[in-house]
Formats: sequence, structure tokens, C-alpha cells
Amino acid sequence: MGNANRPREVRLSTTPTPKDLAQLKLGDIVYLDGLMYTAREGVYMRALEEKANIPMELPSQSAANFHCSPAARINPDGTFEMGAVTATASFRFAKWLPEWLAKSGAKLVIGKGGMSSKDYKKYFVPNGAIYLSTVGYGTGALLGRGVENVEAVHWNEELGLAQAMWVIRCKKMGPFIVASDSEGNCLFERENERISANLHKVYEGTKPATLKRFGETDDKSEELIG
Amino acid sequence: MISIDLIQKTAETLMDKAAIEIPEDYLDGLKSAAAVEDGDLSSFVLQAMLENYEAAKEDRRAMCGDTGTPRWYVKMGNETQIEGGPIALETALRRATANATNGVPLRPNRVHPLWRTDHDNNVGIGAPEIEYGYEPGGEWIDLITVHKGGLFGTDYRMLFPSDGIQGIKRFFLDSLVAFGKRGLACQPAIIGIGLGGCKDTCMVLGKRAACLRTVGDRNSDPKIAKLEMELKELGNSIGMGAMGFVGKSMVIDTHIEVGYCHTGGMQMSVHAFCLSSRRAVARVYADGRVEYRTDPDWFTDYQRRETVEWEMPTDHERSA
Repeated sequence: MGNANRPREVRLSTTPTPKDLAQLKLGDIVYLDGLMYTAREGVYMRALEEKANIPMELPSQSAANFHCSPAARINPDGTFEMGAVTATASFRFAKWLPEWLAKSGAKLVIGKGGMSSKDYKKYFVPNGAIYLSTVGYGTGALLGRGVENVEAVHWNEELGLAQAMWVIRCKKMGPFIVASDSEGNCLFERENERISANLHKVYEGTKPATLKRFGETDDKSEELIG
Repeated sequence: MISIDLIQKTAETLMDKAAIEIPEDYLDGLKSAAAVEDGDLSSFVLQAMLENYEAAKEDRRAMCGDTGTPRWYVKMGNETQIEGGPIALETALRRATANATNGVPLRPNRVHPLWRTDHDNNVGIGAPEIEYGYEPGGEWIDLITVHKGGLFGTDYRMLFPSDGIQGIKRFFLDSLVAFGKRGLACQPAIIGIGLGGCKDTCMVLGKRAACLRTVGDRNSDPKIAKLEMELKELGNSIGMGAMGFVGKSMVIDTHIEVGYCHTGGMQMSVHAFCLSSRRAVARVYADGRVEYRTDPDWFTDYQRRETVEWEMPTDHERSA
């Protein structure tokens, strides 16, 4: 492992207190206990645009929204089989998240790739929420081991297996990485800034393509999401 | 004549293996990267991935929750006949895909692009893709399944002869830096590069370079082999590692495949075969033998031939 230092590890409830969240630092490794639900574009559209009643008590039952479609099936007897669990890229859901956080009271948004610090400061911090990134990506089998039980699958008929709202009981589910803190700082932006400082050296001697394309940036330090 | 039942049964086993067992060559490559990675977070990520592969094998569960978009590459010897013909073969592969999606289970990723209809079995219009190749001689069929994941890490650009090697390096870096940020490409990856062909064949060549060659394999053209190594080093000098964290493991290997192109152009495509480089292969013979392996061995001399006619190379030429 080269000369790397191992980051700090923390156990956290899926209904965390503000104090629990305040102590988290960018780059901390988190393991989760409690109920978690999956919600992505299908659930957001149904709950926010079609105004369907959310089929669980939020945030008292769970304040942890996982951007995920599991590799899973519903057995003919109605039981569930969940294999691997991995997050999907979150930046595509920025359109719905401000309203969702206010409505659901979610304190933990768990996904892939994070959001921008602008998003964090604008609607994560005011709602007392932070972002946890999955690791890898993705450690699907390890996260699958953290699933103690699948409690319910809501809106499967309306949305299909991949977009349905899966309610999962987690036991030491992880690892996740703290990607935003209570001040809205962004781990990925911090890392990008450090990497950008070196890029001009790597690019030395290369040349831009003869034929340009519309809509591009050639500033390599720029954030490309959002 | 090769039994269609045996083809379907073998295909189902391959679906399972691809989703669960990381190929040895990629695993060795990742271990080498982990051994030298000194970024704190990057290093943690690589260690977690190594544990994840073990967990997947132990539990017989998919290594990643995004189980990709299953597809098939089928190769046959010139004398091969399949019970029921090509229609039966395609039906068997569609059945195997659907059965394994429910069986493993895999994520039912495939939906209609507009109506988002999901059959919950990874089968639909044009899904799974089935592509074919042929080899001189022999009565056997190679079934290769690749479950490439993710939406990021692939790009295409029309370059021109005047762009040269420095233009190729630039587009290579651009793709890695753009998709590497926040780890969207799920790096470190096997990077496949297609050069030449037409736009569609350029994409096909690059994808096959990423998915159908093993870590450590070099192109048979020594100058292209050298460029592969150069690009691998260039990618690993960006200063970026797993998840876009500070580090130095971006590329596990780089593979380049070329095709003859329009005299004015130099098409280039880049593809990232992610941390879950899922591929599994089996050769099925007419006598009922099945041999499993992880090397697709797709790019034979025959696939890369330049001449009008094909003559089997002698052993002397082959080793030269």
C-alpha cells in the first residue's frame, strides 16, 4: 500500500443527530446502521411531480436516501433476494434534491460522485444534510453484506425493479466516504484542485485537436458536473 | 453439430461467472497498482475493492450493484454447425441473459430509451448485443460475455493525420481527466483505444480493445505495443487515482486496436473498462467438451489480417 495512511472510521445511524453529523470530516470512512431507502429519478418524479404519497414515514423511519438500484429480485412468494448494491451518479438528480431534502428530511444522501459545493451550500447545509459517497466504484458485494434485511419494495409496479423504492435494514453497511461536511465543503473539489495543479506538466507537448467542437471547455481544472 | 442445450447451459454459467468473479489478469494488475499507490484515500479505495472481489466470490453475489449491460461476442471455427442454426443460437443467448438476470440476480439495467419500459430481464430491442467473429478451421464455438458497466469513460473524436501522436495523447488525457474526476469512469480501468475505421467501427474497435484483451497483452505491431505502454504511463502520471482522489492508479493497462480508415482522417475512440471488468469465456465443442477461460483471445492474426486472401501462417512465421 505505498506509504498511505488509513483514514478514520466512524459508525453512524441512518437517523443521525446534528451532533453526529457535525463531527464528520471530509474523507472519513462511515459504516451505517438502521433503515435506508433507495430513491432516484423515478421516486423523485413520482413523489414530487405526481405528488404521490410517500409510502413510509420520513424522516423518523429513515433519513438516509441511497441513490441506488440494487441487483435484486422479488421471489414468487413475495420475499426479496438482494445481491450486490452500488450507487449511481448523483449529480443528475440535482433538479429534484432541494425539494426532496425539504420534504423528506433526509440528512444523509448516499451516492456516487457527489454534488458541487454550490449544491451543498445552497440546500444541503440549510437542511442539515451531508453527502456520503460509496467507495470504488463500487464495492457492491461488501455493501450487499451490510444488508441485514429487505423490509419492503414500494412502487415496484409503477416504476420497475431498478427505480422502485427499496427499504433496507443495514448493519454496519459500508464503507462510505464523507464527501461533504456540515459547512458544505466538497471532498471531490478539494481533490480536483490538488490534481489540477499538476496537469499542465502532464499535458506538456500535446496539442489540441485540429477540428474544434462546440460546448467544450479547455480549462482542465473546471468541474464538469452540474 | 454443437448441442443448443449445452450452449444455453454454458451461457448461463458464463453470465454468473462474469458478474461474480473478477478475471485473474485484472486482479493481478490491480494488486500491482495497490502495491505502489500512496494516496491515502486512493489507497483505501483500492484495498476496499480487493476485499470486495473476495466477498463477491465467497458469497456468490455480483461484485458490483451495477451489473452492466450484458452482451455476447460469439466466435466460431469455419466448420462449426449449431443445432437449430443461428436463430436457435440467438434465442439461447437471450434466454441465458434473462435467466441469469433473475438467477444471480443481476440488476435489470436494460430499458427502452424513450418509454423506460423494463422487462426486468436485460432483454429488449437490440439487447443483449450479439456480435460475431470467425476463425479458419475447427468445429467449436467461443461464447464470450462482457458486462461492461457505467455511462462514463467513453468518447469519440475525429482527428486528422496532422493531429499526430501528440493529438492522440491530448484526447487520451482529456478523456481520462474529464471522466476520471469524481471517479465517474470507475478507474483504475483498462483503457481501450480504437484508431481508424469509420466512426462506428472505431467505436467497436476501441470497445473490443478494452473488453476483449487481457491485462499485459500487447498489440502484435511493435510500434503500437510501444504506444500502448507510453499511454499507460501517461495516464498514470496525471496524479489522479481511484474515485478521482489524489493518487497514481488511473490505468491498469491500455490496449489499442486499429482499422484502415479514410485517407484524410484518424478517428479515435476511448473506452474505460471499469473496476468491475466483467468478462467470461467458454469454448464449446461438438463432442460436448466445454473449456472455461477468461481470455477472449479475440484479436488473432486472422482478425487483424491486412491481405485480400488468407493463408494459415506457418509455425515459423507465427513465432517470429
